[in-house]
Amino acid sequence: MSANTIISLPDQGTAGVPKKNYLTQENGLLSWLLTRDHKRIAILYLLTTGFFFVIGGMAAAIIRLELLTPTGDLVASDTYNKLFSIHGIIMVFFFLVPIAPAVLGNFLIPMMIGAKDVALPRINLLSWYLFTIGGCVELYMMIVGGVDTGWTFTTPLSTHYVNTNVIAAAMGIFIAGFSSILTGLNFIVTIHKMRAPGMTWFRLPLFIWSYYGTSIIFVLATPVIAITMVLIMLERVTGIGVFDPAKGGDPLLFQHLFWFYSHPAVYVMILPGMGIISEVISNFSRKRVFGYTAVAFSSVAIAVFSFFVWAHHMFIMGISTYSALVFSLFSMLVAIPSAIKVFNWSATLYKGSITFDTPMLYAFGFIGLFTIGGCTGVMLATLGVDIHVTETYFIVAHFHYVMVGGMVSAFMAGLHFWWPKMTGRMYPESLGRLAAVILFIGFNLTFFPQFILGYLGMPRRYHFYPPEFQVLNVFSTAGASILAIGYLLPVLYLIWSLKYGAIAGNNPWQATGLEWQTQSPPLTENFTVMPVMDHEAYDYEWLERQTLASQNLENQSQANQSQVRPKETEVPRAG
Amino acid sequence: MNHISPVIYQFLVKRLTDFRLFPPEASKIAPQMDALFFFILLVSLVGLTAVVLLVASFSILYNRQRHPVAVQVEGSTLLEATWTIIPLGLFLMMFVWGALIYFRVYTPPPNAMNIYVVGKQWMWKVEHSGGQHEINALHVPTGRAVQLTLISEDVFHSFSIPAFRVKREVIPGRYTTVWFEATTPGTYHLFCSQYCGTNHSQMTGDVLVMTPEDYRKWLAGSTSGASLAQNGERLFASLSCAACHNARPDARGPSLANVYGSRLTLANGQFITVDEAYLRQAILNPSQHVTQGYAPIMPTYQGQISEEGVIALVEFIKHLDSDYRIQQTLNTTDLPPGSEEKAAPAGQAPATQGRVKK
Repeated sequence: MSANTIISLPDQGTAGVPKKNYLTQENGLLSWLLTRDHKRIAILYLLTTGFFFVIGGMAAAIIRLELLTPTGDLVASDTYNKLFSIHGIIMVFFFLVPIAPAVLGNFLIPMMIGAKDVALPRINLLSWYLFTIGGCVELYMMIVGGVDTGWTFTTPLSTHYVNTNVIAAAMGIFIAGFSSILTGLNFIVTIHKMRAPGMTWFRLPLFIWSYYGTSIIFVLATPVIAITMVLIMLERVTGIGVFDPAKGGDPLLFQHLFWFYSHPAVYVMILPGMGIISEVISNFSRKRVFGYTAVAFSSVAIAVFSFFVWAHHMFIMGISTYSALVFSLFSMLVAIPSAIKVFNWSATLYKGSITFDTPMLYAFGFIGLFTIGGCTGVMLATLGVDIHVTETYFIVAHFHYVMVGGMVSAFMAGLHFWWPKMTGRMYPESLGRLAAVILFIGFNLTFFPQFILGYLGMPRRYHFYPPEFQVLNVFSTAGASILAIGYLLPVLYLIWSLKYGAIAGNNPWQATGLEWQTQSPPLTENFTVMPVMDHEAYDYEWLERQTLASQNLENQSQANQSQVRPKETEVPRAG
Repeated sequence: MNHISPVIYQFLVKRLTDFRLFPPEASKIAPQMDALFFFILLVSLVGLTAVVLLVASFSILYNRQRHPVAVQVEGSTLLEATWTIIPLGLFLMMFVWGALIYFRVYTPPPNAMNIYVVGKQWMWKVEHSGGQHEINALHVPTGRAVQLTLISEDVFHSFSIPAFRVKREVIPGRYTTVWFEATTPGTYHLFCSQYCGTNHSQMTGDVLVMTPEDYRKWLAGSTSGASLAQNGERLFASLSCAACHNARPDARGPSLANVYGSRLTLANGQFITVDEAYLRQAILNPSQHVTQGYAPIMPTYQGQISEEGVIALVEFIKHLDSDYRIQQTLNTTDLPPGSEEKAAPAGQAPATQGRVKK
C-alpha cells in the first residue's frame, strides 16, 4: 500500500482531531445560521446543494425508468415533462452552478491565498440565504404542481401556453442568481485584496485562477438571466409583448438573452472543475503543473471567450448565416484553451512520481470524460453537423459528459482531496477507489448510448419514442442504476468517516498549498500567524525542506510546531 | 433463451431485428454530412487515444514504485505551441467544412419545389401547392429539390428528418426554410425536436419518399380539387382584398400582379425584395410595411386568417401575373361608381392574361 499512496498520517494511537477548530468554535444551530466563517458557510452550501442533488437525482431516476419502454407507461406526459424540467432547473441552477464555487471555493479560496476569511463575510452569508430562499421557492413550485417548460423556458411556450408554475420557477432562479453574483463579487475582491504577503498572481494555485475566471462569469452573466426571468414573469402577468410575435415581440430575443447567460454558465460548471483537477494532478504526481502560465491564462481565456459563443445554441433557429459563421468560429476557438489544459495535465505526469489515490482516479476519469465531452462539443460547434445532432440525445449526452462526467468527477476528486482538511479525518481509501471506478463505468454506460441515440435522431425530451431505440435506452437506464451506486457509496462512507475515519493530521497528502500548512480542521481564523508565500506554487522541494526543518526543530525543542511554520513566527498578524 | 425467459427472448427478437447503430442516408446531403462527422470523429479518436496513451504510459513509467522521486519540468513553449496550433488548424478545417454544408442545407436552389409546413401543438400540417393537404406525413419525390417553408401557429417547434440530416426550427411569426433532395424511396421518421409542451413526443410523423412516378400518382389521387393558389384567390375575394388591390387608377392599394420577387420602396424609404416573409408581414402587420405612395389605411389581418390562410394568400399573390381576374371579381360584386368605363371588358381580354398560374 505504501508505494501506491502518498498518505502520511500521524500516529493514530496518539494523534487526535484538534479540540479547537472551526467546527467546535461555537455550538448550536444559531451559531451555524449566523456564522460569518467562510468554512462553515461552505458546509452549509454542501448540505443544501447535496439536498437539491438528491431531488434532481430522483427526478432523473424516474425519467430513466420511464424510458425503459418506448411508450409512456410509468407516468403521464405532463408528469414526464415536469420531471425533466425539475431535473434541469434543480441540477443546473441549484447544484452544478453553486456546487464547486460555493462549497469548495468558499472553503478553500481564503485558505489558499493565506487569508482568514473572504473579503465580505456578511455578504457571503447573505449569498447562502439568497440561495436557500431561491431553493425554497423552487420547492414551493414543486409542491404546488411543478413546471413543464424545461429548464430553458422557451418562449412563447413559457409565457403564453403552459399553465404551470412558471412564475415561481423563474422567481427562484431570479433570487438564487443574486447569490451567484454576490459570491462572484466576493471571490474577486478576496483574490485581489486578501492575498498573503508574497502571494503574487503567478504564485497563486491554478485553482484560484480558474475560480477567478468563474467569478468574472458570475458577475457579468448572471444579471442577464435575472433580467430574462423578470421579463418572463412580466410577460406572463401583464401580457407585455417582449417575446410574443403576435404583439410585435421577438421570440428569438429570448433565446439570445437566455443563452447569453446560459452558455457562460456552462463554463461556471466546468472551470472550477479544471482548477480542482490542476491541484489534484499536481499533488499526486508530485510535480509542478506543466506550463503553469498557459493553464492560468487558458482559464481566463475560457471565461472571456465564453461570452462570444452563445448563438451556437441557435444555429438552426433562423439566425443570419453570417452570424452563425462568427459564432461557430468563436466556439471553435473556446475549445483551444480546454485542449491546452488537457494536454498540460497529461504532460504534468511526465517524470512525476504518481500514486493512484481516490482523488487521482477521479481526476483521470475527469480527463477521459471531459475529452469526450469536449470533442463532441466541437462536433456541435461545427455548423453542418450541428444541424443533424442538435436538439437530440447527442446534445444531452454531450453536456452530461462535460457537466456530470466532468464537473461531478472533478467535484468528487476535490471533495475527497480536501475532505481531511474539512473534517480532520480520512475517508476509507479502498472504498473511495471502488466508488471512483463505479462512477466512471456507470457514467459511460448511461451516457455513451445516448450519443448513438442522438445520431440516430432521437429528439431530447421525448416521453414516447420509436421502438427501435429501445435497446440503447435500456443500456442507458442500466448504466444509470450503476451510476446511482457510484453516488450513494461516497455519501455513505463519507458520513461514516466523520466518526470512524483515520485522523488525518495537517497535511496527509504532503501537498504544498497554504491550506495544508495549518491544522485540520482549521481554526476559525485559518492560520495562527499570517503565512508568507516565499516560494512558487506546487514547489514540492520547498515542502521537503520545510518538513525536514520542522522535524529537526521538533527533535531539538520537542515543542509542538505542527501548526506554525518556523519561518513565519515573527510575522505579525495583520488585522 | 426461449426456455429461460420467453419475455426476454421475445423482447430481444423484436428489438434486435430493427436495431441499428447508424441512421439511413436518404438524401443527397446526408453522405456529405456523415463524411464531415466521420472526419471529426476520427480526429477526436486520435486526440482521445493520444491523451489516454499519454496518461496510461506515464502512469506506468512514472508511478511511485518505479519512479520514487519526481523530476520537476517547468513546461516547454515549443510543445505547448504544438498542441495549440495543431488543434487550431484542425478546428479551422472543421469550421470551414461545416460552414460549407450549413450554407448548402439552408440555401434552397431556385428551382426547388416548395411545400408549406405549419406546425401547431401537436401536429404537422403540410400544404402542397397543388392543394393536397397532409397531417403528420410528408410525401416527397426522389431526385427533386424540395424546399420546405415552415411556420408555427403557436410555440417553437422543430422539423427534423434524421434520415435526411436536415432540421429547422419552426418559429411563430416568421417563415424559415430548409431544403433537401431525397434519394432513396422509403418511409422515414419525422420528429418535432424542440420541446413544445405536453404531447411534444407525439408530434411525429412519416416522411414518405416515392419515385417520381409514384409521387405523380399520389398527387393526382390526393388532390382536393383546388390548388393552393386557387384557395388563396377565393380568400382574396372573400376578404375583399380586391376593393383596394385592383390596379385601377383610383385604387387605394398597390397592384399585386408580378409583385413577388420585385423590388419595392417602402414608405419609410427602405428597399426590400418581395418574398414570402414580406407578403406575410404585409398582410398581418400592414402599417409597418406600406409601399411608398400609398396611405397606411390597410387594416391588420392578425388573428383573422389562419397561417394556412396566409399561406394560400401568399401562394396566390406569388403566382399572380395579371389583375384581370381581380377586376372581373369586382365587376360582379360592388362596382365603384363611375368606374365602368375603366374596367376592361371581359370579352376583349386575351385568354392567357387572366389565368392564375398553378
